[in-house]
Amino acid sequence: MAKKDRTIARKEFWMGVRAELPILLGVTPFGMIYGVLALSAGLTPLQSQAMSSVVFAGSSQFMLVQLVNLGTPALIMIATAFVINLRHALYSLSVAPYLQGLSPLWKVLLSYLLTDEAYAVGIMRLQHQERSQDKHWYLLGAGIALWSCWQLSTAAGIFLGAQVPPGWGLDFTLALTFIALAVPAINDNPSLFAAIVAGITSILTRGLPYKLNLIAAAIAGITVGLWRDRK
Amino acid sequence: MNAFWLVMLAVGLLTFLTRLSFILLQERWQPPAIVTRGLRFVPVAVLTAIFVPEILLVENQLALSFTNMRLLAGLVAIIVAYKTKSALWTIAVGMGAFWLLTLLI
Repeated sequence: MAKKDRTIARKEFWMGVRAELPILLGVTPFGMIYGVLALSAGLTPLQSQAMSSVVFAGSSQFMLVQLVNLGTPALIMIATAFVINLRHALYSLSVAPYLQGLSPLWKVLLSYLLTDEAYAVGIMRLQHQERSQDKHWYLLGAGIALWSCWQLSTAAGIFLGAQVPPGWGLDFTLALTFIALAVPAINDNPSLFAAIVAGITSILTRGLPYKLNLIAAAIAGITVGLWRDRK
Repeated sequence: MNAFWLVMLAVGLLTFLTRLSFILLQERWQPPAIVTRGLRFVPVAVLTAIFVPEILLVENQLALSFTNMRLLAGLVAIIVAYKTKSALWTIAVGMGAFWLLTLLI
């Protein structure tokens, strides 16, 4: 019995890794650009690399690097990054029911790995109707794949430095990555409405500080999705 | 730059705690039913809110024009994502479209 369980766990883990792989195509250039920018903002190579595992959140790492460059006070930097990362609380709320009963170690590990890209891939499996006791292994696989890619691409960016050509528009891969994650998640009328309203709200509220437009957009999108669901 | 280590650690800790928050709370507190039903919209709402400004805004201004290559290539990527549901094709074709448009325009 125990042996059989481990086989399923291993299968879920590798399914998660495999599902995350295509996303890494979009994440790799982004990690490299981060490495380049971190160095040019005056961080040491060690600091630049360490931030990718200590913070491990692309958007706030980019923001921190920009703020360092501007000589922003420490508390403002911390507060800004905290608010930018608030959307992760929604991810936490969203995966929580599926992680109930797991050991504290599992919860700590999966929380650390709960990035945009691992969440987006993992939640599809968690929500899938197929029954499995080991779906948390899938989330772990997706999370570790992304983590490894983020560390390696940061290192590549630090190593290559200014040799990464800015004219190639490689930062556009970020938008493409999120298109690749968002569009397939639209599978019915309420989710289409949620997406459209979230997109419009995100634009209309772009003047808000600390990227709070993302939170405003999430709340607006979810509310409209719920409203369409009732019909 | 030494002070930056403290900033980094503080941000890392706060980010981790944000991610852990509801996962840890789950055993003691369950959100109301309406919140639970709304959660299925979290991925589409948040992910769309992230990418739409990336393709629609140029220097924080709406750029609804045919010279906005990110918008054009983004629309191509949206169609590919919808048709294929493949992240690989979406990113590859989107980036290809972006480079092609940059060459042409």
